Amino acid sequence: MDAFDILLTASFWVAAIRIASPLIFATMGELICERAGVLNLGIEGIMTVGAFAGWFTVYAGGDLWMGVVVAALAGATFGLLHATLTVPLGLSQHVVGIGITLLATSLTYFTYRLLLPEVTSPPKIEPFQPLPIPGLSGIPIVGEALFTQTPLTYLAFVAVALTAWVLYRTPLGLAVRAAGENPSAVEAQGISVTGIRMGAVMVGSAMMAIGGAFLTMSAFNSFFFEMVNGRGWICIALVVFGSWRPGKALIGAILFAAFDAYQVRLQQITGGVVPYQIFLMMPYALSILALILVARRATYPKALMIPYQKGER
Amino acid sequence: MSPVLRLSGITKRFGPLLANDAISFEVARGEVIALLGENGAGKTTLMNILFGHYVADEGTVETFGKALPPGDPHAALQAGIGMVHQHFTLADNMTVLENIALGTQGLASWRLDRASARERIEKMSFEFGLAVHPEAVVGTLSVGERQRVEILKALYRDAKILILDEPTAVLTPAETDALFATLKLLVKQGLSIIFISHKLNEVIAVSDRVLVLRAGKLSGERVTAGTTRSELAALMVGQEVEPPAVPEVEPGELQLVLNAVSTVRQGTGMALDNITLSLRGGEITGLAGVSGNGQATLAALIAGTEKPASGEIIVQSVKVQEWSPRAALAAGIGRIPEDRHAVGTIGDMSVTENVILERYRTPRFSNRGFLDWQAARKFAEEIISDYDVKCPSPEARIRLLSGGNMQKLILGRALDSAPSVILANQPTRGLDVGAVGYVHRRLLDARARGAAILLISEDLEEILALADRVIVMSKGRLSAASPRGARTIAQLGELMAGHGMEAA
Repeated sequence: MDAFDILLTASFWVAAIRIASPLIFATMGELICERAGVLNLGIEGIMTVGAFAGWFTVYAGGDLWMGVVVAALAGATFGLLHATLTVPLGLSQHVVGIGITLLATSLTYFTYRLLLPEVTSPPKIEPFQPLPIPGLSGIPIVGEALFTQTPLTYLAFVAVALTAWVLYRTPLGLAVRAAGENPSAVEAQGISVTGIRMGAVMVGSAMMAIGGAFLTMSAFNSFFFEMVNGRGWICIALVVFGSWRPGKALIGAILFAAFDAYQVRLQQITGGVVPYQIFLMMPYALSILALILVARRATYPKALMIPYQKGER
Repeated sequence: MSPVLRLSGITKRFGPLLANDAISFEVARGEVIALLGENGAGKTTLMNILFGHYVADEGTVETFGKALPPGDPHAALQAGIGMVHQHFTLADNMTVLENIALGTQGLASWRLDRASARERIEKMSFEFGLAVHPEAVVGTLSVGERQRVEILKALYRDAKILILDEPTAVLTPAETDALFATLKLLVKQGLSIIFISHKLNEVIAVSDRVLVLRAGKLSGERVTAGTTRSELAALMVGQEVEPPAVPEVEPGELQLVLNAVSTVRQGTGMALDNITLSLRGGEITGLAGVSGNGQATLAALIAGTEKPASGEIIVQSVKVQEWSPRAALAAGIGRIPEDRHAVGTIGDMSVTENVILERYRTPRFSNRGFLDWQAARKFAEEIISDYDVKCPSPEARIRLLSGGNMQKLILGRALDSAPSVILANQPTRGLDVGAVGYVHRRLLDARARGAAILLISEDLEEILALADRVIVMSKGRLSAASPRGARTIAQLGELMAGHGMEAA
């Protein structure tokens, strides 16, 4: 098999979509926060919380969907903490975000140790199974890649459509976008900027947590340390890559995941001539290149990272 | 008929400052009230209380006989109060329709009804002469168009009382006339209008009744038809104001010449397009124009922060090789920047530090790389007393100073070394009448001493009062200069709108 043939195999595309799924959730979550004017650097930690909360719910006997809901609630809780510090109190979004990531990650590891003190190898759960969609799953390659995935992957695509619809087709979305462009315009029209921004951060954080939960409940079947492994930071870049638009961000997520799936397969066929670290590095190097090419002229939300204080001139 | 709006005993304090002191008045249906006052008289504070941005310490607001809950913009909107802020509250990256529809449809709704919004906007913009395209992105609109969007925003919400805060500050004379025509249409429909301004001629042109605010108090109320400009001015300032006396001064040598200078466009700024300008000693050259037509770039060029892409800069008949802020200072250019908060001063540094900013390298203030704080402090004290700056001490953070005092300090810093060229960019913007008079006198003194002054201003009256010759800037180009009084306001307005620049 040569390097090009990989692109024609169904298993490559299946893997690409699977790797993309958590990124899609978290990227949409980050995008919603940033569209409202709040940079949420807590993403990495909130994904870790989601990964653990979802997995543990199922491990403790809960239903898989119950796990998703618990993960989302845990994410929203950390979102509330982030939003309280950055929106009404107007603290630095950078510092708060990094603080939330450190706090959420450490708290998760701590909780894991408290709840499972005796464990040496990570316990497993029965994760989401692929759910072929009748009729569509029979299409060659595409059917396998897109329509023979787990329910959470389908939910990721629904999340993109929903995010795009809400942002561009509803009065609420208009208010969210305006809060990220010019909060005083929102205030002048009688809507609470604080309410909109806090709501956006909480919903966005819940989506990040579901992205994390995908890792433990769909991609793998157990929780281990360092499992988010920088995916949150990739999502921050994907939002920029997508110029703060859900559709473009989705393409970015799939593209990155495809690079990732590709490099694993490329490692196998080159047979150790090239050090494997080169391949591991490839998706990130290509991401930087893509950012340079695509995102330089992106129009970012103008009030991003600027705290809004009512009545201040 | 019962009033549509009644304010009773509104008082607002900011710390020790009494911004509004027991203000009461009423507005009737279909009436245009002008709220006249200097900057800092409390006009904007009062309107922000009315609109719910601030909560008054005492007093009540009633609309149509019902009390308005304080501190709630949403309630103010519901009660029919529409406000057009001085600094527009528009989201630039969004369309006109989106800006107007924001907050007018239920947030829980699953669909934004664009079609009906568009229909309504088009109908209203036709009815009131507020031409604007609903799908245009606000960032691409001119300032006049943006103001129309702001007015439409208020009308779209069925505003019955429209508050306009300094609406003409950013408009060309022709746009101002169009605005006044729209206001007349609105009044015919039964709207009441509160027009905030410090420009007497506009107040007289547009209002039925004038309320004058001074230092937070209502200092007078007049029916417009029965008052005069000078009476209003006296109420506003508390004394008669005289126009500055401009003595004859013999023009001197050429101090600064820009010869066919062009710059490269950067970001959203307007590039200079083949500009030739000569500044002569003992002469004030007035540069008129609507903001955003390249004045900022020209000012930056003369200040040294912008480099010419082509053409030459000649300082006292010597062609400049390398142009930089330091070169501009060395060439004896005194700079009064447009935005005293953002560019003119560093807010959290002390008065002393701010006054030596441009000259801390000179032997007067530093010795072998160490600052001489005694000399710096002495200099700050000199400027504070010479320029009549009211400030607690040279150690005070400069942001605590009022606009007028900050400007006096900047004036002192720029003029103290008797520069041969003075770049005065919007030197009186946002200042009250007393401070404006002070700045004008200092500029005229510098002219008498033989300095060449470039006065950039959006206030045509200021330019007509001070400038020996007037140049209009439009789209990065300059018109021919006209001597004092040679062009009428209407002719200047045409040039400001970009008509007839080709002949220049």
